Order: sequence, then structure tokens, then C-alpha cells
Amino acid sequence: MDSALIPEGVKRCPFPRFLTGLAVVGAVLLWGVFAMLLCWLKGLNQTNMNDSYGFALWIWADLAIIALGGGAFFTGFLKYIVGKDELKNIINFAVLIGFICYSSALLILAIDIGQPLRGWHIFWHANVHSMLTEVAFCLSCYFGVLTIEYIPLILENRQIDKIPFFHNLGHNMHEVMAVFAATGAFLSFFHQGSLGGVAGVLFGRPFAYREGLLVWPWTFFLFTWSAAAYGPSFTIFLTKLLEKVSGKKLVKDNVIDLLAKISGWMILTYTIAKIIDTWYWIKYTLPGTGFRLMDFYDDNMLYGLWILVAEIVVGGIFPALILITKKGRSTSSLLWTAVILACIGVCINRWVMVLQVMAVPVLTFEEWALYFPSWQEIATTILPVAYGIILVMISYRYLPIFPQEKELNPVES
Amino acid sequence: MIPTSFEWIWDMGHIVFMGGLWYALTILGIGMTYCIVKAAIDTLKGDDGGHHN
Amino acid sequence: MTQEHRKAKKFGMVIDLDKCTGCGSCMVACMAENNVPFRENETDKLKSITWMRVYKLTNGKPYPKEEICYLPRPCMHCEGHKGHSPCVTVCPAIATDYDMDTGIVSQIPTRCFGCRYCMAACPYHARYFNWWDPVWPEGMEKSLSPNVSPRMRGVVEKCTFCFHRYQLALDKAYAEERRELEEHEYQTSCTQACPSDAITFGDLLNKNHAVYKLKKSTNAFRLLEKLGTNPKIYYLSSREWVRRAGDNYRPGEGTGKIKSHH
Repeated sequence: MDSALIPEGVKRCPFPRFLTGLAVVGAVLLWGVFAMLLCWLKGLNQTNMNDSYGFALWIWADLAIIALGGGAFFTGFLKYIVGKDELKNIINFAVLIGFICYSSALLILAIDIGQPLRGWHIFWHANVHSMLTEVAFCLSCYFGVLTIEYIPLILENRQIDKIPFFHNLGHNMHEVMAVFAATGAFLSFFHQGSLGGVAGVLFGRPFAYREGLLVWPWTFFLFTWSAAAYGPSFTIFLTKLLEKVSGKKLVKDNVIDLLAKISGWMILTYTIAKIIDTWYWIKYTLPGTGFRLMDFYDDNMLYGLWILVAEIVVGGIFPALILITKKGRSTSSLLWTAVILACIGVCINRWVMVLQVMAVPVLTFEEWALYFPSWQEIATTILPVAYGIILVMISYRYLPIFPQEKELNPVES
Repeated sequence: MIPTSFEWIWDMGHIVFMGGLWYALTILGIGMTYCIVKAAIDTLKGDDGGHHN
Repeated sequence: MTQEHRKAKKFGMVIDLDKCTGCGSCMVACMAENNVPFRENETDKLKSITWMRVYKLTNGKPYPKEEICYLPRPCMHCEGHKGHSPCVTVCPAIATDYDMDTGIVSQIPTRCFGCRYCMAACPYHARYFNWWDPVWPEGMEKSLSPNVSPRMRGVVEKCTFCFHRYQLALDKAYAEERRELEEHEYQTSCTQACPSDAITFGDLLNKNHAVYKLKKSTNAFRLLEKLGTNPKIYYLSSREWVRRAGDNYRPGEGTGKIKSHH
């Protein structure tokens, strides 16, 4: 039915099955959209956030998807700036994931603010000293870059490519892509960092506060580093997942191996930096505040020392050690384990840097603030996942996302 | 955001931050303008632009 | 009308916790003065707006050694280091500001777009979010103060040290061709409402103001001084455990001496 739109030389599932899939995920999407509209029309009283917990579940989701979407800028950086040409076989997918993650992040921010119609204040009345201003500017600009990177892919659709203007436009955009990718990398270094800075500058919150370099707390550098390290692991995870779902090999092993190796070394170096940061914070930053490390991990239901171990050891050292060894990368089960642990690791880090910061009592006569999200928050947080699945489904079906697919899966005619 | 808005100060913070922002936006703007204009010219000339990956 | 005409002030408070009975008059006066909205059901205190909030502290000992202390907590109007208060620098839209002329941390609700970053930055929970639009019981809107704009849903609000009273007092003084105010001419509503005279308000830099002397008491302390927030609310207590409750201490660490920043 839609065969004229499907790239030549590849096989896709029957149209009715595709539509059924879309309908199922679409139902979840609609549920999320309904919750989103409730938040916009009735206000944030639809959430379970409160005055102690001003940042909550979806802000964590926001930070996590931006970190996971970091694969787009770092893969682009490696391909266009460092010159790792093999990565051209996975860059399209990395860009698509980045596009989904960043558009979702912007949507979440638009839902999160109490007066969405005044969202433009952050740009127009910008306070250049606020980390959040830097986040808003770089995030929006980088989303622009990702759109620019995604457009040529859309233009490569068989039918669109037949129109001479679009064909030429796609060709020209490919030619100057290195400039866009470099700008994207520049913007990403800053917004990933400033997201880390959001927590790191809070000197009233000793759990989050870090010293640093000039105006940037150490968390600024750690967030950029971790996004560059963990983002590619997420790209690999989703590629492998898509291969499982489609039952086809989409990217050659040497490409995955290269990206996994880079991700592994980046995670290892990041984890070492994170350990040094944590040690320095415990030894030199905390004593002046009157807090001990265990003040942040005792006397509450959720936040035990386990979370620190899970983040650094299980989500850092383990995946790093697997990914830096040839055997780890080439053994399917180990590679799967490593990329899943990596994704969990970075998500825990973002969780801790948002939610635990809010939960820890600072005044001596206050209690831990724990909260459970309302269904509207959960639905709104799931919304981007459904939207992402739909965009991947459509893009995979109609666009030549994986250049090696044809070669790896010859269609008998 | 722009020097005419009333809270604008010509200090290092504004120059570095907004300088970086406008620099990035200018590159993106010029890049896209170049691509669109060249595509229009190529199309009018009947050039198919060649194949790409 | 800036420093060239008037000396810069640092308005602040000294609250004597030995005198506070926990009656809550300060809270009520504050809400009435500043048109602070409330809901029909106020049981969820994490969503209540209380610019001034009275905390109940205990020494943690069992009866009969148990002791109680009530601690009123307005906004601390932190100066931080040279006006670098925790909440002001983080606001992305300059919707809050540290006024170098008065030392007051202001909030501009019409510019705030409700990102709540300032709330995350404030360790005192002095900032409140309007989760709902304000709804006043029928007839009550007639008793709202005309000097303070009610805030809408989705923005942050907090104690302003009744800044509108300062403006009114200045207007009156200018009309009388004076440049400086007397101590009694600018007082916050909570100060005036306190029946036991526990709250003293004034210019922390002015030697003739009561707060100037009170803040130097050996019983004076501020909340979370160690974090460098440099608050302008001082507390007095003759009880060591109360003073110690003002900050976090590691085991074996002695109660610190007050650092005079103001």
C-alpha cells in the first residue's frame, strides 16, 4: 500500500501490521497528550509536586533523555571533527535519537513551567548568570541543529528525493554538515554542562554544591563528559533493540565495535573523574557545611548508600570494563549488559542530582521530603517515549536511516 | 537578549554569553541560507546536484 | 533617589525565640497584609503558602526533659557574598533581585514564569509556588490590601519585608521634605503583630536601630550560616540546643560563634 514510499532494496513489514503498531503506541501517546493538556489548562496542581519538591519526576526524565541523547552530538563530533568515517553508518540513527530526545526535553520544559505562555521571558529577559538560561538557549539552538541534521534524512525519502529542489537542498546540506555538526558540538558542550551546573551552583544545597573552575562547578564538566560517554551506549542499545525488533542486522559489527570502544573508554575516564569529584567533595567541600556523607544517605526510605554504589560501580565501572575489552564488545550478551548498565548508570546520576537534592533536608528541624508522582506526571513522562517510538517507526520505514541495511540484508527479487 | 532590551549591560557576562549565542545562530542562519539559495539556483539551472550518501 | 541621596540600608530582623510563644499572629498578619492566598482545605502544608512560617522545634529528649521552641521563619533576605544570594543568581529571567540599597530580595511575580529554580536553590523553603489561582471567599476580596498585587497561578512568591510599607513611608517622608526615615516609620506587619514583642525590625547598619545592638548578643545566631547564605534574620536564644539547631554540626564540633557579616 505504501510501497512507493519505502526505500528501494529493503523489506518492511506489511502496512496493516505497521498501522496496528502505530495505533497501540498512539493510544499511549494520546493518554500522555491528555495529561499534558490537563497540566497546561488546569495548572501544575495536577502534579504531586510541592513546595519542598519543586523539581520532580519529569525534570529527571528531561535530564536523563538529554544525557542519553548525547550520542548525537558526540557521534557527530567524532565523525565530522575527529574524522572517524565509519560512524557515517550509525550517525543518521544517532541524529534521529538526538532529535527525539531534545524535542521531548523541550516539550517537558514547556509543561514544567507554571506560566507556559511566559516561556519567552527566559530568552528575552535572560539572566546570563543563571545556568538555566544557558540551558534554555543552548538546548533550543542545538535542537535547531538537530532539525537541520534530520532534514536531509527526510529529503532522502524516495518520493521527496524526486523533486529536484529538495534533492539539491539535501545534497547541499550534506556538503556543509560538518559546519552544522561543529556548531552542534559547541552548543552541546555548553548545555550538557550547564545542566550539570544547575545543581552544582546551589550553594544552599550541600548535597548538590560543588566547587569548580571560574563560573563553572565541577558538575558542569562531569555532565558534559558523562553525556559524551553514555550517549553512544544508548545509541548502541537502541540500534541493537531495533535489530531485535526488525529481526535484521542493520549496522556492521566494526561500526558498533568502534562506538562501543570509544564509549567504554569515555565511561571509564568519566567514572574515575566522578570518583575523584566525590572524594574531594566528601573530604574538602562537605566539612565546612557541617554535613557528613552519611547525612545524605541515612534515615530515609529510598536513598541509601546503595544508590552511590549503583551509580559509580554498577553503572560506571562495570560497563566501562566490559566495553574496553575486545571480548566484552564482541560477545553479544556482554555488550547488551554493558549498554543497559550504562544507561541505568547515567539515569541514576541524573536522578540523584535532581531528586535527591530536593529530598535531603538542609534545616536541622526538617524531615526528608519524599513524593510520589501523580498519574498526570507519569503519563506526561511516558509521552516522549511513545512519541519517540512513533518517530523511529515512521523514520525507519520510510527513510534510509541505515546505509548498510541493503548490503546486510539483500532482498531476493 | 539584544542590546536594546532594558536589562542589557555591556559587561563580560553579556558579551561572552550573548556573543556565543549570536555567533552560533549566525553560523546556522548563513549555512541554511546558503543551502536553500544554492539549491534554488541549481534547480533553476537544471542541475541535479549529483548523488550523495 | 539612590545612594547619593541616602545611605544604603540593610534591613533585617532579630527574633527573640525566648519570647516567641508560637501563637502564629505573625503568620496571620503577614497573610492579611500581603494578600497571601489560601485554600479551603489547608491540610497539605507542602502546598500552603506561608511567607512567614512558625516551626516547632524540640530538643528531642523524652518527657519531662523535653523542651519546645517556636521559630518564626520569614524570607532570610540572604546577602550571600556581595549580594550573591542563593536564589537571585539562579533566576533565569531576572524575576528576583537583590537590592543593594535596602538589602531586600525582591520578587517580580509578573515576570516570573514558574520554573521554580529559586525554590530549589533556597535551603530555607522560604519561597512558595502558586499551585492554584487565588480564590477568596465571597466578600473577602473587598478586604484585600490595595497596596499589594495578588499573584496568579504558576508563579513563585515570598516575603518582601513588606516593601510596600517602605515605599509608602518614603512617599510620606518626601512629602515632608525628609530623606531619611525614622526607625518606627518602616516596620513589617509581622513585627507589629507580635504580641510578645519577639520580633525587632530595622536597619542592621544603623547604630541607632535596636537590631544593630541585638544582633551583637552572644545569644544571637542565624540559620545555616555555614553555607555562606549570609541571611539578614538573626535569632536570639539563651538555650544552647536551640542555637545549635540553627546549623548542621559534625559529631564533636562545637557551636560556632556568630560571624558578623552585617
